[in-house]
Amino acid sequence: MLTPERIVSTVCPFCGVGCNLELHVRDGFIYKVTSPFESVVNHGNLCVKGRFGYDFIYNPQRVTVPLIRKTPQRPGERTQAFDLSEWREVSWDEALDYVADRLVEIYRREGSHAMAVYCCAKATNEDNYLLQKMFRALFRTNNVDHCTRLCHAASVVALQMAIGSAAMSNTAAEVIENDVFILTGSNPTENHPIIALQMKAAVRKHGAKLIVVDPRRIEMVDYATLYLPIKPGTDVPVFSAMAHVILKEGLYNRQFIAERTENFDAFAASMEKFTPEYAESISGVDRNLIIEAARLYATAKNAAIYWALGIPESSHGVANALSLINLALLTGHIGRRGTGLNPLRGQNNVQGASDSGAMPWHYPGYQRVDVEQNARRWEQAWHIEPGGLSRELGLTTTEILSSVGQGGVRALYIMGENPMMSEPNLNHTRKKMQELEFLVAQDLFINESGAFADVFLPAASWAEKEGTFTNTDRRVQRVRQVIPPRGQSRPDWEIICDLAKRIEKRLGRPQTAYWDYRHPSEVLEEMGRYVPEYAGVTYERLEREGGLQTPVWDHQHPGTPFLFADTFPRGRGKFHPLEYAPNAEMPDEDYPFVLSTGRVLEHWHGGTLTRHSWLDDLFPEPLVDIHPGDAARLGIQDGDAVRVTSRRGSIVLRAHITPKTNPGVVFIPFHFREAAANLLTHDILDPQAKIPEYKAAVVRVTKARPEELGARAEPQVRGRY
Amino acid sequence: MSSPDLTLLQPVLSKFAPQGRTALLPALHAAQDLYGYIPEPVAKEIAHALRIPLADVFGVLEFYALFHTEPVGKIIIHVCNDPACALAGADAVLKQLSRHAEYALETGEPVSVTVEQAPCLGLCDHAPALLVQNLPATASPEITWQELVAKTGRRPQTHVDGDLRLLTKRCGRGQTTSLDAYLADGGYTALKKALTMSSASVIEEIKASGLVGRGGAAFPTGLKWESAAQAKGSPKYVVCNADEAEPGTFKDRVLIEDDPHQILEGMIIAAYAIGAEKGYFYIRGEYLSAYHAIQRAVEEAHAANLLGTHILGSDFSFDVEIRRGAGAYVCGEETALFESIEGKRGFPRVKPPFPTTHGLFGKPTVINNVETLANVPLILHLGAEEYRKIGTEKSPGPKLFCLSGDVRQPGLYEVPFGVTLRHLIFDLGGGLRSDIPFQAALIGGAAGTFATPEHLDTPLSFEGLRATGLTLGSGVITVFDAQRDLRDVLFRLARFFAEESCGKCYPCQIGTQRQYEILARLRNGQVLPGDIERLQDVGWTMTDASLCGLGQTAASAILSALKYWPHLFQPAQPT
Amino acid sequence: MESSPVSLTIDGRTIQASPDMTILEAAQQIGIEIPTICYHEHCTANALCRICVVEVSNARALVPACIATVQEGMEVQTHSERVHRARRTILEMLHSSVDLSEAPEILAMARNYNADPQRFPDAWRREPPVIDDNPMYIRDYAKCILCWRCVQVCAEDAQYTYAINFSGRGYETQISTFFHHPMPETTCVFCGQCVGVCPTGALKPKREWLLEQGYAPEVIMNLTRSERRGKKRRANLAV
Repeated sequence: MLTPERIVSTVCPFCGVGCNLELHVRDGFIYKVTSPFESVVNHGNLCVKGRFGYDFIYNPQRVTVPLIRKTPQRPGERTQAFDLSEWREVSWDEALDYVADRLVEIYRREGSHAMAVYCCAKATNEDNYLLQKMFRALFRTNNVDHCTRLCHAASVVALQMAIGSAAMSNTAAEVIENDVFILTGSNPTENHPIIALQMKAAVRKHGAKLIVVDPRRIEMVDYATLYLPIKPGTDVPVFSAMAHVILKEGLYNRQFIAERTENFDAFAASMEKFTPEYAESISGVDRNLIIEAARLYATAKNAAIYWALGIPESSHGVANALSLINLALLTGHIGRRGTGLNPLRGQNNVQGASDSGAMPWHYPGYQRVDVEQNARRWEQAWHIEPGGLSRELGLTTTEILSSVGQGGVRALYIMGENPMMSEPNLNHTRKKMQELEFLVAQDLFINESGAFADVFLPAASWAEKEGTFTNTDRRVQRVRQVIPPRGQSRPDWEIICDLAKRIEKRLGRPQTAYWDYRHPSEVLEEMGRYVPEYAGVTYERLEREGGLQTPVWDHQHPGTPFLFADTFPRGRGKFHPLEYAPNAEMPDEDYPFVLSTGRVLEHWHGGTLTRHSWLDDLFPEPLVDIHPGDAARLGIQDGDAVRVTSRRGSIVLRAHITPKTNPGVVFIPFHFREAAANLLTHDILDPQAKIPEYKAAVVRVTKARPEELGARAEPQVRGRY
Repeated sequence: MSSPDLTLLQPVLSKFAPQGRTALLPALHAAQDLYGYIPEPVAKEIAHALRIPLADVFGVLEFYALFHTEPVGKIIIHVCNDPACALAGADAVLKQLSRHAEYALETGEPVSVTVEQAPCLGLCDHAPALLVQNLPATASPEITWQELVAKTGRRPQTHVDGDLRLLTKRCGRGQTTSLDAYLADGGYTALKKALTMSSASVIEEIKASGLVGRGGAAFPTGLKWESAAQAKGSPKYVVCNADEAEPGTFKDRVLIEDDPHQILEGMIIAAYAIGAEKGYFYIRGEYLSAYHAIQRAVEEAHAANLLGTHILGSDFSFDVEIRRGAGAYVCGEETALFESIEGKRGFPRVKPPFPTTHGLFGKPTVINNVETLANVPLILHLGAEEYRKIGTEKSPGPKLFCLSGDVRQPGLYEVPFGVTLRHLIFDLGGGLRSDIPFQAALIGGAAGTFATPEHLDTPLSFEGLRATGLTLGSGVITVFDAQRDLRDVLFRLARFFAEESCGKCYPCQIGTQRQYEILARLRNGQVLPGDIERLQDVGWTMTDASLCGLGQTAASAILSALKYWPHLFQPAQPT
Repeated sequence: MESSPVSLTIDGRTIQASPDMTILEAAQQIGIEIPTICYHEHCTANALCRICVVEVSNARALVPACIATVQEGMEVQTHSERVHRARRTILEMLHSSVDLSEAPEILAMARNYNADPQRFPDAWRREPPVIDDNPMYIRDYAKCILCWRCVQVCAEDAQYTYAINFSGRGYETQISTFFHHPMPETTCVFCGQCVGVCPTGALKPKREWLLEQGYAPEVIMNLTRSERRGKKRRANLAV
């Protein structure tokens, strides 16, 4: 029986639930993960990734020494190099000097608009704060973004428009206090497993009634009182029809509307056309279900809405999210315990990365870059001459890529992201990546994006550094170092500071923006000086009190489990009139199916981590979910090779026949490079949030030859699908 | 192994799917009737149709001895191996039949046979007892299975006698009393009378009668009904516990086979008293003949408006669903019985809470033994005062006793409480069947205690037996003559408990196994130093700390034997 | 709603406790430790190990403290002779059935109660081979004490996945999947909740188990997929 040398408490690096982990270490080897039963976040429960999926740290393919491409890469002719033989191992000095040289050279020649950075929703708040600081302070650009753009950007924009915030309003665990809750565009069994447990307990043990609104028959439907199987992209009519019913039947909260909202009349007028009949004709949902759902939600004592990416990842994602926000404002189910507008954030630190300013239009704390007062504040913070910081809104991730080329972005710095798997329309992404003049990848593995890079900087994993993550319910928690960084890898924040100093030296700036932090706690402290919501978050308090939920206004403030008790950040909540807009592509004879994309439990996003983990054994190859009726018509059996084709690309993968999807909808997870789902997706963006429509490309499905599957892992027989 | 034809299963699935989990055992019985066993694909289909997790369905299949997950012979023979049948040569029968079964397979004869050892089948008066295709049969060591198969169909007829024939008035005639016959003999007038009384008055009458449970626990029936009537929660249930499986007991089988309406009438009155609209008759899986009898009785009662809506034109509605057990003695424990009806493994629940407030499906439930319910019409006929004239003051009413073993006339005897053991064995039972003198009697079945010759004049009543340190149990008396080796009897009793332990609580799960191992050594004359202390520690731990009555009584016979015959537990003298 | 406290005595000491408290909790309040094995705060109490039984006046049998609620006027003895005999015998019976080598709390309890690990010679032990059928955790049911925690957390106590239940009955009971299918073929999502509550090391992360078998970390992290699944023999690897 083994006894651990050390047990270190930290936070899970995978999803936004932010489970508390205890890592057991012997001889530098983490051999076991447990979780404290007293944890208020997850009560000792974990998912397979948190419990067993940390082993990517030790994968032999992990790169732990700085690399420079042997063959210099030229814009337009850039190639991918997965094999280490195409890279030269170098010292940190050589690598960072080279990066500094090239970045400064391009900046001097082309200007700020040529510089761009992808921050990392998996890295810590400190890592992200420093990277956006570097690009804003040194290269005077706002082309700073991260994968939230591909995720909840539309939710964030909508929330800011309507109430002035950008986060889940309540705490996830409050679901057990809901009397009714709506779950839409979210499959928590796969994507927020611990929240799924809490939702199941809410239904089974606390009498909560669940309404699921989703184009797939997800597992939570087994626990639902009502299931509304909508056609993809028809959320606005359905939720607006619910609002219509609530208005017509007088079930709205008059007092709340009078005291806490504005623009009600315009909104009510625009809801007239969204009759249940109209919504049924567009969405395919029985009108009586819509009526029942409306009544159930409106008449509940405490009701909440939980959503994930089915809502924002749309060419009208902002409108989708507004239709939900309208419902909450209409019924007053916000600003109290057990209610709320709750976008479930995906990444372990996407909330934190956004809070820390890894955003093109906002400084840390969602302070808009085009507001003079904000720019002045940060110029002071970073010792920059007045007027030095750019007041121009920067480019988002997809825009950054689209603009690569002459006169556009020429240098891209990627920290812990994989746009070659996660951006839409990957054939286009590939072309643009190839046109970059200079690319730096800072990561643990050479993934499909890093393979294009000129320089690879080996970063430490989350278990090898100190820092903080902010989870989906705004809880800042400590990430603790468990083992020393492997090989020559270094924590991201240290790399950034080292690089920044070299860049500053070359730029000859009169004053340094300051990079001499001795410990990440000083970074968070600096951020807290200028971001009121983090003012009271210190490492010392986190040590004593565990997690703190922002806003934490000062050192005595206990944190904020639920928001908007008295007022919204923008004052009154604003209703928004809405129109129905169809998806960018609608099914037709050539492309009769709607493709939805997303995640599965065992894997994470582009697969950089999980395909280098034993997790891959449990889900070794991509599958496309097809409804039994559709499969029968196409003559496809479970396990057959099929080709899925859209207007942009084509992939071959195995069919998985399941009633967990609905007729006319197919689903492909986007983790697998051998059949990258994003080769098929559409890069059309929501005009306000700039987020792609991942959930509604149109495709056709045809039989393929088994040989076309190539060398794939043998299919794993799993009972859980 | 070719995959089973699942189209056969569709009617079963359609019938049971709407009921969900509670229909699991009925669905499995139906499937096993179709396929001979439960193939894995069939189990899967049932799980999906009834929306039960697969692992749970497997857990149920594994718990109940009558369900087979492997193919079995077309003919299944269960051979009882518990004490009463052992006395009559059951071991030899088992050996003989097994040999024949093997032979039949060897010669390639077309019929395949599976012979299984079984716990007490409730046919102790027809020892050595068998079930052939779940229908009762008797055997002798020379019998072949072909003869056995040919003989089934004719019910063994139990000898019924006694000082009274109130409960057993219509029993022992070799036929089931039909509704017409029952009505002609004054049947259902008690129900009619009850319907004119208030529920509360009915309960008062039962309380006044002093009726206590006849299944072994002896809880005052009137108090039980009153508690359920007052409990909050609905719907309420009445359950008849017909899971008679105590080795040596067959009284309930006789009552059900010969006079089912008497029990049914008692159930309906109970339902009226507590305000229940639904009842369950849970009958042990091995009692297939009795199951058919009660099935017919329920159909008859329906047709005559004695069950269903607006019974006999009143506002009272009540219906009964019959459920078959599937081979688990522990399901005679009331809360395990509930678990079984709910479609789960028969694990007893912790009490409190008690069934009268949290019973079947968590609702207020009255659960009564068959014989208890049979007393109810009698009480309403006679009135509590008259009823109390039977028996003793502290143990009123008639009592059924099952006599088996080395008596001349095994059978079912109805006597008033208070007659002596001697009267039962020697006057009614005809004494020992050979001239070998009386050695001991096991009173209360495997869960009971031994009576020695000095106990022969003990009155058979609660207070009478308690005074001598014996327990009544459900009314089982197995007689052993002086040449019987009681070590063999103890071995079989220990084996019985080890096989029937549900496995939930540690004292019984492990204790019954350890007890069995020690008694196996004892039977082979291989006593080890410290075995007596082991038996006592294990026995008292089970008695004191087990979760349910099975564990709490698993050592009682052994501990009583230790008390009276300590010499048995010394290493055997070489002969 | 009754919320007035009840008065009871435990080991001669009178205390006030709220009426929904268990005897175990009430005793803890005054610093009296009652041993437990199957009990876990995260799981529904089943009162099946019976090690926590106490003597209660007017109760014929011993009462499990983890689940019995306090009653007005109750008199509880947590360490009477009857109680000690039961606890000692249960521990001796456990020792005779399964491998307790990785259950230090139970071993310490057994020593405290002077339980003789060798009390039952010739006892038939439960010694099934280790089940190694997935890359995440092994099942060594030779150590399983049938505390039910794993089944419960896989069901309504946490996960609602229902991948495991029981096979057999009585002493032969084992934890099992549907028709003994390998774990990946069940609904198991490998959350490890079961591993997290197992008190005896019967459920263990695979890598921890491999370390115990003597494989070095580098060797473990270099195992191929087949070797991880346990299919190929690892015999020729450096141990």
